[in-house]
Amino acid sequence: MATTTQKSGEAKLNSYMGGPDEKGFFGLFGGRFVAETLMPLILDLERAYDAAKADPTFQAEIDHLNLHYAGRPSPLYHADRMTKELGGAKIYFKRDELNHTGSHKINNCLGQILLAMRMGKTRIIAETGAGQHGVAVATVCAKYGLPCEIYMGAVDVERQAPNVARMKLLGAKLNPVSSGAGTLKDAMNEALRDWVTNVRDTYYLIGTAAGPHPYPAMVRDFQSIIGKETREQMMALEGRLPDTLVACIGGGSNAIGLFHPFLDDAGVSIYGVEAGGHGLDVENGHAASMTGGTPGVLHGNRTYLLQDADGQILEGHSISAGLDYPGVGPEHAWLKNNGRVNYVAITDKEALEALQFCTRMEGIIPALEPSHALAHVMKLAPTLPKDNLLVMNLCGRGDKDLFTVAKALGMKI
Amino acid sequence: MTNATRIDARFAELKKQNRPALVTFISAGDPDLATSEKILSGLPSAGADIIELGMPFSDPMADGPAIQASSLRALKNGQTMTKTLAMVRRFRETDSATPIVLMGYYNPIYVYGNAKFIADAKAAGVDGLIVVDVPPEADDELCLPAVEAGLNFIRLATPTTDDKRLPAVLSNTSGFVYYVSITGITGAAAPVVDDVHDQVKRIKGQTPLPVVVGFGVRSGPQAKAISRGADGVVVGSAIVSTIEKSLGTKEEATPATVSGVLALVNELGAALRSA
Repeated sequence: MATTTQKSGEAKLNSYMGGPDEKGFFGLFGGRFVAETLMPLILDLERAYDAAKADPTFQAEIDHLNLHYAGRPSPLYHADRMTKELGGAKIYFKRDELNHTGSHKINNCLGQILLAMRMGKTRIIAETGAGQHGVAVATVCAKYGLPCEIYMGAVDVERQAPNVARMKLLGAKLNPVSSGAGTLKDAMNEALRDWVTNVRDTYYLIGTAAGPHPYPAMVRDFQSIIGKETREQMMALEGRLPDTLVACIGGGSNAIGLFHPFLDDAGVSIYGVEAGGHGLDVENGHAASMTGGTPGVLHGNRTYLLQDADGQILEGHSISAGLDYPGVGPEHAWLKNNGRVNYVAITDKEALEALQFCTRMEGIIPALEPSHALAHVMKLAPTLPKDNLLVMNLCGRGDKDLFTVAKALGMKI
Repeated sequence: MTNATRIDARFAELKKQNRPALVTFISAGDPDLATSEKILSGLPSAGADIIELGMPFSDPMADGPAIQASSLRALKNGQTMTKTLAMVRRFRETDSATPIVLMGYYNPIYVYGNAKFIADAKAAGVDGLIVVDVPPEADDELCLPAVEAGLNFIRLATPTTDDKRLPAVLSNTSGFVYYVSITGITGAAAPVVDDVHDQVKRIKGQTPLPVVVGFGVRSGPQAKAISRGADGVVVGSAIVSTIEKSLGTKEEATPATVSGVLALVNELGAALRSA
């Protein structure tokens, strides 16, 4: 079965927007590879999400929260100095860093918290890498008065101190995870262990478009507001669709949110930017699962993974805590295999340079994650004509990274 | 399932003896390959009726700290899937009766190649597989080809597996059913004996297969209590914790490693055999 669907995925498709299939597969990728204890709950979750999707009051509630709580729509901003300096494509930033809590993560959390409450769950758990998702989860839990526990790698707790403080202030219980390398994958393992233990009352609010079905599709749906707004805003500003989209990819939620509404517009070139760390040629020195990994099964889905020849998962490395996850959402894995999206990698050094460039050119301090996308824009834009409309998803603000950046640049603060 | 496997034969034999099976779990290669082979070869005479041999994985999501640590010790000392299969092959040179079930997670199998894995496991003398993260919904990938090749595919049933779902879990299961006695990870809270009895009864109402109970079983008396009404108990975390406690300062095996494990298995076996 997997083989035949993979083949159909590689053939010319009528639509790139129809996935996943009823078993949760995007071609070869995705699925529901979880322990039996979780299976009944995951099937429940799928039913609950299908019912919510069909209920207009659910979408109306999300729309209301987006407008009045998250501060959507986020602006589509023409970065004119950067455009002039790079001398090619007309560059726009989708300003998702201006959302409440400082990143795109709130889009998904608002949708999932409403769903959790519909399902009667009384306790929320989540994993976080950079802490942006953890902050967004802690925020919605505070808003609705639900207890929440956040699993975060011990290494990430250290390098993302401001977000740790925010989560605590919001009332979340923070559980540092020191197993493995103490980063995002280990936090996800611990969150899964908690879930399997407290399965009856607990909702696992996954932060990226990965994990067992229906999470990848559900998180994508909640994040697709990014791409839908971009379509409308670009039509209003330029009277046509953009030509080029660029977004960074760890698990890939901000990217799939921007890309998905454009997948069937053949004229739109799409670039996903992975974390190249110290470089793709450095063994276990990057977090580029698609450009430097192989297919495997982890955390409930089949996707591209950083792993060794024996199927043991590698930790990966990126200067950005939000990107150093050894897997990627299964829809991205599928979009790589069928060629609809171009996936590239940017090194730590290039991302740091892009962060500084953007800060000085536009007065916007981006997070290290979208700085990877920006670094690719710096390479790509000069090769494109001036009438090429390029949108880069500025999915998070850089406040949380000030200590990391200062240290990397040798600044004293 | 047409041909009886070593697992079927073993349960038939235990039924005649009217006693439950002692199923023991160790991670292959823990703490190192040579010590692990010594433990493996000593398990049957110490009292293990069926051996679950863990295929170490870097990210054992359903396991508690004891088995996580055991898996990582083995990996640190260079354990691979190829070495695990070779362990089974060498074990079979001297023991042709004790069933071996390989237990673990899907990724190391998938990366090894499903078809090659099934063929190599069968050739090495493996009798059954437990793959924690391959649910019945994905049976066509691994379960059905394994059954086709003559391996038992043993499924976990859990407290959350309700009557509606149980038939799906049982559908392609063979050898035995592994009842996970708690909602949780391995080696966590001790199961409530009465709840376990009710659940085992419920499962046995829907399948003629033997039902063994695992997760949280640590001592002889507890194993004995849990085993009433079931066809066996699995002990894992308590065994690998014994390995862990026996290690030297550099996590190396000591003379107490093999003897400690076998003494525990002896005690568990004696408790299960007692009236």
